[in-house]
Amino acid sequence: MDIFYPVKLLADWLAPNAALNFFIYDTIKIFILLSVIIFIVSIIRSFLPPEKIRAILSHKNKYTGNIIASLFGIITPFCSCSAIPLFLGFVQAGVPLGTTFSFLVASPMINEVALVLLLGLFGWKIALVYIVSGLIIAIISGIIIGKLKVENLVEPFVYQNTINGNTDLPKMSQKERLTYAKDYTLDILKKVWPYVLIGIGVGALIHGYVPADFLAKYAGNDKWHAVPLAVLIGIPLYSNAAGVIPLVSALTEKGVAMGTTLAFMMSVTALSLPEFMILKKVMKIKLILIFAGIVGAGIMFTGFLFNLILK
Amino acid sequence: MENKIKSIQVLGSGCPSCHKLFELTKQAVKELNLEAEVEYVDDIQKIISMGVMQVPVLAIDGKPVLTGFVPDIEKIKSLLSKGKC
Repeated sequence: MDIFYPVKLLADWLAPNAALNFFIYDTIKIFILLSVIIFIVSIIRSFLPPEKIRAILSHKNKYTGNIIASLFGIITPFCSCSAIPLFLGFVQAGVPLGTTFSFLVASPMINEVALVLLLGLFGWKIALVYIVSGLIIAIISGIIIGKLKVENLVEPFVYQNTINGNTDLPKMSQKERLTYAKDYTLDILKKVWPYVLIGIGVGALIHGYVPADFLAKYAGNDKWHAVPLAVLIGIPLYSNAAGVIPLVSALTEKGVAMGTTLAFMMSVTALSLPEFMILKKVMKIKLILIFAGIVGAGIMFTGFLFNLILK
Repeated sequence: MENKIKSIQVLGSGCPSCHKLFELTKQAVKELNLEAEVEYVDDIQKIISMGVMQVPVLAIDGKPVLTGFVPDIEKIKSLLSKGKC
């Protein structure tokens, strides 16, 4: 039984119109999910801040490191302003470059806001497909970058400083964890609500007024070029990830293939233009291109794969 | 009986939330009538040396007390008043 059945009843009672009904139902559902899941993730994170993750990672060997780094990436939020401190903090504490990249890929790609939206709008199967493919892309990209021996493409000053990775952060009490989680949840909600509303709103209009399969002839299963195109369009859209996902969920209904949709969402979250600009401070453009190239190729592969599987 | 706060620093990479924390902290200091100056530091290396990896950071006397998000002004005030005793 669907736990959101009462919300559905409420939406039916308030609005018989398809678009409006869709809007009310999705908005309430998404905001409930956002509050609950971000809160839970924040509590987990209060036990595992990046500083602690780093201490764990600096003692791991290569492959285990890549896997653990990608898993930790799920609970760590990632805004492009944190890219530099995370990168420097990891590398200077002795975390291998490949492991650091696994983390840098997984952290923005598998974030709690994207997860909620996937879960709420696409269902748990697609959410799971997204998480697992995202983890695999992060792990493999990190392993490849580690193998490439690209240490010379990192700005020299990065390696001139080393730090002790075992930081003692102030211990948090139970109450502080709850307060932290509450503050953080409110902060994120405040940041994303306009995008989510606009995304769901436009999605609802598409849902109600665009004929089904309207987009199939442009971006259906048989249109291979839709995947790379989706990845390219996704690169500059990072800051609006919260609004983009509801929008593409409606587009999927109108005939955009599922693999293409997955590739698009991954590109929106994992490949971010502002992050690349910021990373230029610590690495050569060549390394950023390698990084974007490998991740982009992984995303496209995922897109093609699921266009084949999820017919 | 009170140890005065000697320095208050907001550390950030220049992102909007870092500036917001800086503004809020300045206001909190003013409302609490503290004498300490609030300093904005955007030297990433300094942040890393503190052992912190998330911005923005609020540090009192060189010790990070808040990392990774912008709280409301009441929280900043309580951190600043806690730092005194």
